[in-house]
Amino acid sequence: MLNLVWLIPALPLAGFLLIFLFGRVLGEPRAGILATAMTASSFVVVVGVFLDLLSRPAEERHHVVTLFSWLPVGSLHVDMALLADPLSITMALFVTGIGSLIHLYAIGYMHGDPKFSKFFLYLNLFVFSMLMLVLGENLLVTFLGWEGVGACSYFLISFWHTRDSAATAGKKAFVTNRVGDWGMMVAMFLAFSSVGTLSYAGINAAAAGGKIAAVTATGIAMMLFVGACGKSAQLPLYIWLPDAMEGPTPVSALIHAATMVTSGVFLLTRMSPVLHASYPWLGDVIATVGAVTALFAATIAVAQTDIKKVLAYSTVSQLGFMFLAIGSGAYVAAIFHMVTHAFFKALLFLGSGSVIHGMHHEQDMRKMGALRKLMPITGITFIIGWLAIAGIPPFAGFWSKDEILLAAFANNRLLWLIGVVTALLTAYYMTRQVIMVFFGEAHWNDHAEENGAHGDHTPHESPWTMVTPLVVLAGLSILGGAIQLPFSHNTKFLEHWLEPVVGHSEASIAGSWAEANKWLLLVIAVAIAVSGVVASIAVYSKGKFKVIEPKILADAWRYDSAVSAIVGGPGRAAFNGVAAFDAAVVDGAVNGIGTEVRAASGLLRKMQSGLVRSYAFVIGLGAVALLAWFLLRGIL
Amino acid sequence: MFSVIQPTQTWYLILSAVLFGIGTIGVMVRRNPLIMFMCIELMLNAVNLSFVALSSQIADISGQVAVFFVLVVAAAEVVVGLGIIVSIMRRRTTLTVDDMSGLKG
Amino acid sequence: MELFVFVVAAAMVLAGAIGVVTRSNPVHAAMSLVLTLFGIAVMFVVHNAHFLAAVQVIVYAGAIVVLFLFVIMLLGVDKAEDLSVEPITNQRPLAAIIGAGVSGILIAAIVTSRAGRGPMGTGVNETTVQSPDANIRQLARVIFSDNVFAFEITSVLLLVAVVGTVVMARRAKSVGTGK
Repeated sequence: MLNLVWLIPALPLAGFLLIFLFGRVLGEPRAGILATAMTASSFVVVVGVFLDLLSRPAEERHHVVTLFSWLPVGSLHVDMALLADPLSITMALFVTGIGSLIHLYAIGYMHGDPKFSKFFLYLNLFVFSMLMLVLGENLLVTFLGWEGVGACSYFLISFWHTRDSAATAGKKAFVTNRVGDWGMMVAMFLAFSSVGTLSYAGINAAAAGGKIAAVTATGIAMMLFVGACGKSAQLPLYIWLPDAMEGPTPVSALIHAATMVTSGVFLLTRMSPVLHASYPWLGDVIATVGAVTALFAATIAVAQTDIKKVLAYSTVSQLGFMFLAIGSGAYVAAIFHMVTHAFFKALLFLGSGSVIHGMHHEQDMRKMGALRKLMPITGITFIIGWLAIAGIPPFAGFWSKDEILLAAFANNRLLWLIGVVTALLTAYYMTRQVIMVFFGEAHWNDHAEENGAHGDHTPHESPWTMVTPLVVLAGLSILGGAIQLPFSHNTKFLEHWLEPVVGHSEASIAGSWAEANKWLLLVIAVAIAVSGVVASIAVYSKGKFKVIEPKILADAWRYDSAVSAIVGGPGRAAFNGVAAFDAAVVDGAVNGIGTEVRAASGLLRKMQSGLVRSYAFVIGLGAVALLAWFLLRGIL
Repeated sequence: MFSVIQPTQTWYLILSAVLFGIGTIGVMVRRNPLIMFMCIELMLNAVNLSFVALSSQIADISGQVAVFFVLVVAAAEVVVGLGIIVSIMRRRTTLTVDDMSGLKG
Repeated sequence: MELFVFVVAAAMVLAGAIGVVTRSNPVHAAMSLVLTLFGIAVMFVVHNAHFLAAVQVIVYAGAIVVLFLFVIMLLGVDKAEDLSVEPITNQRPLAAIIGAGVSGILIAAIVTSRAGRGPMGTGVNETTVQSPDANIRQLARVIFSDNVFAFEITSVLLLVAVVGTVVMARRAKSVGTGK
């Protein structure tokens, strides 16, 4: 079964090609069914590979399938090869699993859209790129997928491109990602120049064996982190993610919650030996950036009114948690949180999509309220997702968040504190969202006449294609924590599973104060989560305290406008300067050569006087010179 | 008196060189195309002379064979050259070589 | 005796050459050319190249110079050329330098080489032929055996030259103005 690893990305690629060729013929809903079937069968193959890997002993869970030799250029040998090991299969499992659920959801959500087939075309292409990213055996195949998901993100965000804001958001996402991609490319160059290969096996073996100097390893890891910041929306490159909510909700669920934004976390985990071999301060930098981003985004989410924007900032915040974990050396915790986050964030996004669909594309939460009776399944699943993200046991999010906080406490108390405050805010704003949408008073009739409503537009429950994924994801959000329970060594399945990949670089907290008192920290985490929920209920449901939603938070600390001002003002001046330099110096040099040649030939042209006798003179001169040379050389 | 000094091969060759030089000067100095042509004939004759002198020196008939062919080719060349001059100067007979400067860059 | 012949022939050659270069009237220049050609023919005889001497007189002096004179008369360019003015600056001194250079180098080459120091040969390989017209016989033997290909090509060349010149020099009636 392991040799069929290539089928995993091939199936979505086949779906892409089929829809590309026959999309118009297939139409709705057959194009959607085809895309979903391709992704689902890819999931089946992944499960098969997973079971195959499980049946082998831990040391042998590393299988490479080489498709063909891609770049045999001089000393650079890059193969198109796929790697099936615990980390990549874990990622592939939830990419294809959640991907197929979202494909099914999208059949219902995109019903009636004129570009129905095109949507699934891009979705399948995205799944293919993401699978290439996670299954890649070397940095270049991963980069292929990296760029592919960036491009698909652009396509899908600006899917309704006739809307100016959507088109702009797509461009913003692509350009910001590109800034991060520069970091990844520099990392690849550094890795190649120091190790001589781009394959993970080679680089990680060199790093683990101490063959990479700490300086070089730090450089590589730092550049990879820059790339990860772009893709995973950390400060300062997070600005594209909130705007990316312009895309259809399935896109937000798939790309901007579960899969693409986790590629940064995946990359750093994959290259964990390199991270481990670099200077310790780099880990602190990564953890600090993650923690600060988490807090920053959480504060903004408190004041947002768009149902999807809250979730977008929440994603940024949770990604910050994952980077906090990576920076503290807790790779298992980061992957654990990635998996559980994929479950409940996808659930929350799909639930919000169901709400939007039921509210006839109304996204402002202030116009919702008391929806749980009219949309019961959506309501219950959304509430389960809310409990998971708020960190209430025994839902999945609690276990993973607690792991991270434990590792952060063992590493740096201040960052732990920031994490705790962020967890409090997370519980607060998520409760706020649930109350505003599903409880309280119904506001959807308030401005009905003004908004051109016709007939009875009472919100309704969504069709089965949209509700089924919600139910499945809700189940996973409840049970997902079981893969890594902290009770004993035997229940830490994920840690044992990922041991071959990250075991060497995982920071050990055994014997620290945190490890000894982890139950105390666990209780503190629960208390924080519950207090956040209670505070939010007090403010928004019971009305006991005044609502605090400062404008500056709603404006996202005016960060976006600051970036625009810097890039548009001094930035543009610098760009114009560079462009002027290019036109004047570089082009000038090239054109100058041309001008000089013309001037020289203009001088030479005077020799062509047209007079035969002058030509005869020159011929004679040449003959004399030649004869003299012969004479002096003794030839004559 | 005259029989004391024998003219050696060198004298003939030197004469040929001098004749060649005079021909060269003539090509560069004269403006009438026909006379320029005659100067070229002078140069050819100088070469013929040196061929024959050397041929008799080393007792090899090939030098005279060469002169034979030079003679034939010179004849053909004169035919073509004069044809060109005729076709150029047919209309205006006061043309000199300096006036035919159509190749001026 | 040979010295006398050499001096007279050389005088003819040089006088004719200088005449070609310096006479302003083209007909006079043609006559000087004839003088040169005769001097060269005499020198050919001295070197036992009798056939070539005859051919020189017949072809060169008899046909080529006559052709020159035909063209001169046909075009009516027998008016004298004005030799006192030289439009191109410094052409004459430069021409003198070039001419002197060429001759000087050649003379230097001749003088420093080891050839030509001995007495003149006879131009005939005595061991192969015994008859009085050995020069023609030997010449013919070489031309028509070793060099027959060149001979044939040269005859084609003559044909091509004649045809080409006729085509080039005629007045084209259908094209309009003669070209």
